[in-house]
Amino acid sequence: MEILTTVAFGICGLVAVGSGVLVFVFDSMARATYALALAFVATGAALLILQQSYLGAVVILMMVMEMAVMAVYMVMFMGMNPALMPMSMVHSHRAALGSAVAVFVVLAAGALLVPWPERRSAPSEEVTRDLGNAIMGSHMLVMLIIGVVMAATIVVGVVLSSARTRYDRLGDDLDGRSAERDDAGRGGAR
Amino acid sequence: MAEALVGSVGLVAVAIGLAWLSCAATALAGGATPVVAGLRPAREGVRLLRQRRRRTVAADLHLWRAGGWALVPSSVLMLALVPLGSRPALTSDVGVVWANALDVAVWAFVWLLGWGANSVVSLVGGYRFLALALGYELPLMFALVAPALAAQSLDLEDVARAQSDLWFVTWMPVAFLVYVIGVLGFSTRGPMSASVGREIGGGVLAELNSVDLLVVRWGRHALLGAGSALAVPLFLGGGAGPWLAPWAWVLLKAALLTVALAWTAARLPTARPHLLMQPLWTFLLPAVVVQDLLVGVILVGGR
Repeated sequence: MEILTTVAFGICGLVAVGSGVLVFVFDSMARATYALALAFVATGAALLILQQSYLGAVVILMMVMEMAVMAVYMVMFMGMNPALMPMSMVHSHRAALGSAVAVFVVLAAGALLVPWPERRSAPSEEVTRDLGNAIMGSHMLVMLIIGVVMAATIVVGVVLSSARTRYDRLGDDLDGRSAERDDAGRGGAR
Repeated sequence: MAEALVGSVGLVAVAIGLAWLSCAATALAGGATPVVAGLRPAREGVRLLRQRRRRTVAADLHLWRAGGWALVPSSVLMLALVPLGSRPALTSDVGVVWANALDVAVWAFVWLLGWGANSVVSLVGGYRFLALALGYELPLMFALVAPALAAQSLDLEDVARAQSDLWFVTWMPVAFLVYVIGVLGFSTRGPMSASVGREIGGGVLAELNSVDLLVVRWGRHALLGAGSALAVPLFLGGGAGPWLAPWAWVLLKAALLTVALAWTAARLPTARPHLLMQPLWTFLLPAVVVQDLLVGVILVGGR
């Protein structure tokens, strides 16, 4: 059983790295984006094998959602032609390739060469909770504040960048009387 | 091994059955007689299978086919999470999150379906779906919080068990309503069907035919059925009910909700995505957050 688990973990790792490489090989924004999604799904599956069932499911959930939205942005904004045509996924690729390989080697060497401590106690029942405590336990206050600040930043960013607000749609008094009459879309914030 | 095989075949059979009901109810709502409506899935299936498969110029065939053929497996996986009386086919201590992850996977599949065909109307349909998905998914996620919070567990078995006294639908009606809207959203039905709109020639379905169209249609109906089946442990008391075995109650409730949803959806007009966004986020989202708060308050107060 243990061998099967190791093999499955190895397959997940290979799929993750392999589809990560494919992101730069493909000449289509859609393919590159969904290759990245596949890499994240494989990462989520690896987490599942580590018995982090909640984290694994959430990684798959959030990353598929994120890639679905990202594909739209990539097609819209990447490339001179709005990425509907085949295009290269790389630029300054010699330097990028060099640094990427160097970082990978350093991280992989670290993972292999660090003298990991031996387990002394039995594995906990609630690994997800323990992992959360280990990562954030002593910084919970900071995390809570950063979370609110980030949400506020996103809202402010959207407000500042939106060309049309409810005042354009409904007029200065928000009563709809002085609103623009040529608003064909009628959607958006009111 | 044999058990797993029987289980998988059973799940596919349930996916076919619920999709059949959804398709027949849609036809019934469209004015077909009961007999014609009941035979509609078979007739359509045979008609489509006799067509020669077509493809468009410079289509991204891999992404296109992957998107279309993944819809039915998603619905089967959703059904596998449903505890049929005793245990679900796929047991998980975070079944609610998996249900959510599977409905999010539909985002990717429908957009790929729209993208892969290399056709303008398909692409418009794909983008419409994502616009709608942004609208319904956030309220849907908060709706899933309510039953999990009340059961103090993300395990669908625990959620179903926690309703032995009172079905969750009775005291979290807003969450149920939002969930149902979400089901119509990820099965692209009724008011949420702009991505397959007739005015854009069928949207993501526009360039499909033959078996490829068949699996997508089956997938859309099966997703509606699977979403309804998931509502049973989430809101409708799981296998609770007199006389019949728990698994029979789960299937019966799922079938009834499937028919009700498909019939109602087919009677409602399609909403334009950009007009739906606002009520979904400025009205439904706060409403479901208040619902979650109420559930929390009732739980703390009931201790």
